[in-house]
Amino acid sequence: MTPDGPAPKVADLDPDSRSELERGQQQARDASTAPPTRRITGSAAGHQPAAGSRLGSGDAGVEAKAGIAVRLEGLRAFYGEAEQVKGIDLEFRANEVTAIIGPSGCGKSTMVRCINRMHEEIPGAHAEGRVLLEDLDVYDPAVDVVAVRRAVGMVFQKPNPFPTMSIFDNVAAGPRLSSRRRGDLRQKVESALRGAGLWDEVADRLDEAGAGLSGGQQQRLCIARSLAVEPEVILMDEPCSALDPIATLKIEELIDELKQRVTIVIVTHNMQQAARVADRTAFMLDGKLVEVGPTQEIFTKPSDPRTEDYVTGKFG
Amino acid sequence: MSAHGASTDRLSRFAVSPARRRRDRLARTGVLVGTAIALVPLALIVYYLLRKGLGAWSVSFFTTDPTGNTFFGGSSIGGIKSAILGTIEIVALASAISIPIGVGVAIWLVEYGRDSWLAHTVRFFVDVLTGVPSILFGLFIYIVLIIGTGSTYAGYKGSIALALLMLPIVIRSAEVILLLVPAALRESALALGAPRWRVILNVVLPTALPGMLTGVLLAVARAAGETAPLLFTAAATLKTNFNLGGFMNSLPVQIYKDVTSPTTAVVNRAWGAALTLVVMILLLNLVARLISRRSRLA
Repeated sequence: MTPDGPAPKVADLDPDSRSELERGQQQARDASTAPPTRRITGSAAGHQPAAGSRLGSGDAGVEAKAGIAVRLEGLRAFYGEAEQVKGIDLEFRANEVTAIIGPSGCGKSTMVRCINRMHEEIPGAHAEGRVLLEDLDVYDPAVDVVAVRRAVGMVFQKPNPFPTMSIFDNVAAGPRLSSRRRGDLRQKVESALRGAGLWDEVADRLDEAGAGLSGGQQQRLCIARSLAVEPEVILMDEPCSALDPIATLKIEELIDELKQRVTIVIVTHNMQQAARVADRTAFMLDGKLVEVGPTQEIFTKPSDPRTEDYVTGKFG
Repeated sequence: MSAHGASTDRLSRFAVSPARRRRDRLARTGVLVGTAIALVPLALIVYYLLRKGLGAWSVSFFTTDPTGNTFFGGSSIGGIKSAILGTIEIVALASAISIPIGVGVAIWLVEYGRDSWLAHTVRFFVDVLTGVPSILFGLFIYIVLIIGTGSTYAGYKGSIALALLMLPIVIRSAEVILLLVPAALRESALALGAPRWRVILNVVLPTALPGMLTGVLLAVARAAGETAPLLFTAAATLKTNFNLGGFMNSLPVQIYKDVTSPTTAVVNRAWGAALTLVVMILLLNLVARLISRRSRLA
């Protein structure tokens, strides 16, 4: 949670925006129960299934209340000499879901991995520019990379629970490995598993191997694992691409709940998914940010022709 | 039926030609014969070991030291107790030296050195070390620790020679297993805000442990059967000795000495000792297999 302004609660808003917010949530619910095969194209713009910006782009007053959780300033990322991310300025608002879309190889994942400094784990890779977590530059030489990763969690493409650990130990791994055992570990694990919507399914078999769960459960276990560290931001790098539609749906519903607690950045290849879960969507092409805005706008009236071509399936 | 007619037509188009059938049979036979030839010496060794070795086995064979008395019939030549215990002691110390160092080097190579110049150099020298004949390790220790210090043979000097022999095997096998640990596991642990050393200790090593144990036990088995590094480092003695600073008997050296004896009973003792050594190594391999079967990385 950002100290400079909590997420706007329903009660904080004036009646107009409250109804707008509720409408947005209703839409989100509708959208998330819609068949996953539903195509969002320019021609389908009439029935907007997106969650939409729950803050409404035009509502400046409400927007100001939402803090900026992460701000990228002139971010460039390299693999050796090759520049993969070519200067990006972008903001991720607190307690919102921001989707990053774009064709394969456009630098979405690389950009996201720069936020918690996982990019530099790849031999020869480095990043330039600034990534501000609230007002702290995570690339400041004085900043401990380990602390950055505690504040910015990550969920990967393939569910990857630790194979040697039980369900309980998987979730407890974050607090244990980062030597932050303050508080009751059992309590932490339970609340993380509840947060990931997995508690009811695994409560009676916490000692079983995490790898024995189904793919969708494993991915929710991974989400619980990152929640247990109590991050402010969670980065999701195509979290559903290895899952079936039903498991995907569960993760998407989860994302919608999680944004009450954390800021979410989700990289996705699936444009319907972006439309279903994201408040705002950013479109990237060839290492550059083409356009960012409320999801509804990106999918219905994008300002850049390249965005329109992409979301209508003309390339990518 | 017209459908049936069509299907025989198709069958002739898709049928295996007689020439290919012949080639297939030829290749299969060749491979089978090769396997059989390779198995012949193995079967013969096991056969002779059992036939000659089992005859030498008795309770006193395992519970008495060799007496050194081989000339007067009627007096006992003794058993191989000191050799069994000596081998266990020497190899245990060699393992205690080489396994932590070897695993440490492997961790450095995989987790830290990666593609650096130094890592490549280390890998090159480890490979060179793997190819060094075992007698050279004995010679090296002989020159450095016996001639060099003006002292004499000792069990621990044999252990160091064996440790040098084991080191490259441990490093290489541990490195291969560590490389099998998925990078995604390291990433997800790092992304949780775990420091690198904790990731290695709590995630990478437990995942790699069963596989690493297999490699380590194979290195131990290899060292247990080596004669050359012990010949002029630990020497040989008759008495059971628990002091690694003194002379120490060992199975390979005992076999080496006994088999050249003119006395039949002593040669038979060599067979018994050889069978004992093989059984010990077999047990070790069995343990390694059982552990690796439980490995999650296979």
